[in-house]
Amino acid sequence: MSCSILRPGLLTTIQDAGRFGYQQAGVIVSGPMDPWSLRLANLLVGNPAGTAGLEITLLGPTIRFETDHLICMSGADLSATLDDQQFPLNRPVAVRQGSKLAFGAARSGCRAYLALSGGLTVPTVLGSQSTYLRAQLGGLAGRALQAGDVVPAAGPTPAGQRLHQRLLAHSASQRWAVARWYPAVAPAPAAGTSTTVRALRGPEFELFTEESQQAFWQQEFTVTPNSDRMGYRLAGPELHRQTEREILSTAVTFGTVQVPAAGNPIVLMADHQTTGGYPRIGQVISADFSLLAQVPPGGHLRFQEVGLTEAQYWYLHQEKHLQQLHRALALLHYS
Amino acid sequence: MEQPSPPHDLLSTAQLYPLGDAAVVLQLGDTISEVTHRAIQVLGHSLDQVPFPGLREYVSAFTTLTVYYDPWVVSRNGKRNPYKVVADRLYSLLCELPAASASETQPLVEIPVCYGGSFGPDLALVAEHTGLAPAEVIRLHTEPEYLVYMIGFAPGFPYLGGMPEQLTTPRKAQPRPLVPAGSVGIAGGQTGVYSLPTPGGWQLIGRTPRRLFTPEAASPSLLRAGQRLRFVAISEEQYEHLLEHEL
Repeated sequence: MSCSILRPGLLTTIQDAGRFGYQQAGVIVSGPMDPWSLRLANLLVGNPAGTAGLEITLLGPTIRFETDHLICMSGADLSATLDDQQFPLNRPVAVRQGSKLAFGAARSGCRAYLALSGGLTVPTVLGSQSTYLRAQLGGLAGRALQAGDVVPAAGPTPAGQRLHQRLLAHSASQRWAVARWYPAVAPAPAAGTSTTVRALRGPEFELFTEESQQAFWQQEFTVTPNSDRMGYRLAGPELHRQTEREILSTAVTFGTVQVPAAGNPIVLMADHQTTGGYPRIGQVISADFSLLAQVPPGGHLRFQEVGLTEAQYWYLHQEKHLQQLHRALALLHYS
Repeated sequence: MEQPSPPHDLLSTAQLYPLGDAAVVLQLGDTISEVTHRAIQVLGHSLDQVPFPGLREYVSAFTTLTVYYDPWVVSRNGKRNPYKVVADRLYSLLCELPAASASETQPLVEIPVCYGGSFGPDLALVAEHTGLAPAEVIRLHTEPEYLVYMIGFAPGFPYLGGMPEQLTTPRKAQPRPLVPAGSVGIAGGQTGVYSLPTPGGWQLIGRTPRRLFTPEAASPSLLRAGQRLRFVAISEEQYEHLLEHEL
């Protein structure tokens, strides 16, 4: 049970829900940049939401399935094709051994997630299969996938196997078959558009000048090419504090917007460090991590202020949505 | 019955506030001190002993304990205000905080450092900023016994207390894109050791050949919060020699 990487793409890594529990030792969480999309793809193939899958960035890989698989892709539309036919997002797809998945230009978003029923069987390191590139641990040898890699997979779960058979029973001649049902999912923002993410005031918001506070909420920022899984380095209005007093290092998290003295903010992403010493002007809400993760380098970003009650409302709303989807899928297709 | 309240000096400085929608910060003032450090360690230990449902993990820092939680679980599937539940929990832990006990004695860890040259490209800058000769910077840096206040920023990266005030130098305005593992740096009144190659804004004064992070080890971090350590100046030859033994 496996798939082979014929071409690696720009940056393809193995990610599960993340490596929780070791931040106290300085070990970062990692996990998907767009957690919603990985969870969605997993649920659609009948996996627990936090199962390891592939995170595919901008220029996708070419993958050959060496055995039959039940797969699903969510997140960015990177013009995927399976055996040269258009490959749909957010639908379970039964593929036969030998099918080839390839990618083209990014139409919307920049990160796609490929889930395989049954998950991947790379080793678990410190409680997770997520790739932590800088420390070279987790995933496949702690690195991005390369040409020639064989990604070991568990193969479809019994329920996944049954769905696989049902889907392909109706199309015995075809190499692959798509489920006719799919959830209602908003597509990732189209290329070239400006994305607005909601954010809370950061703990050091008040330390910034009034002008910088206003600029943060009102002006547009650009995600510079010097951005990665650790953080988005933004260009735009420079943000300054009233005094340049050093602050004590303390915990930071996914979505924290910190501002080094030069004034260009950094939005911390999935591979963020556990602590930092730069003042935190904002904190993107969890419900908008998916939107944030789909903004490509060169893309435009705005921040809209919300309060904690609203942020937690949307967190719970998103969670309920996923739980309902999970129950419906379990009932209708994976029982 | 009297309502329990936290020890007076800690209560007066304690603050609870959110870090986003899935973490609560308990802050005890804004001054580095061993008393605050011990209180933070004790509070973290209480969470280890009696974790609440939905607790993901916590990170202790100089004056803060940041507690990450799963709002879905804490809110009992959306029925309660998750922030308030966790904040109340931390407040009661603070109230139950026993008078800070004497810290247990732990063995002193020695960290060999080759100062200056290509290993410490900012030594001259620190000397200039502090008005000290480079040799004096090294002497002052190797003098104290440092307390490991926290591990953070990168796996196994220690934030140390005890650096002589004369060495205080601000961070770089723009972080370096890549700092080599083992680099010893100064940021404001803090000193620390980079445990992995990573971007960073600290002023680099030297490098150690010791590995601070070993993921294949049962305990992946060489150092733990609460330990004491001393830097020992070594030559480039000693550095190379020790590096061979470390690998």
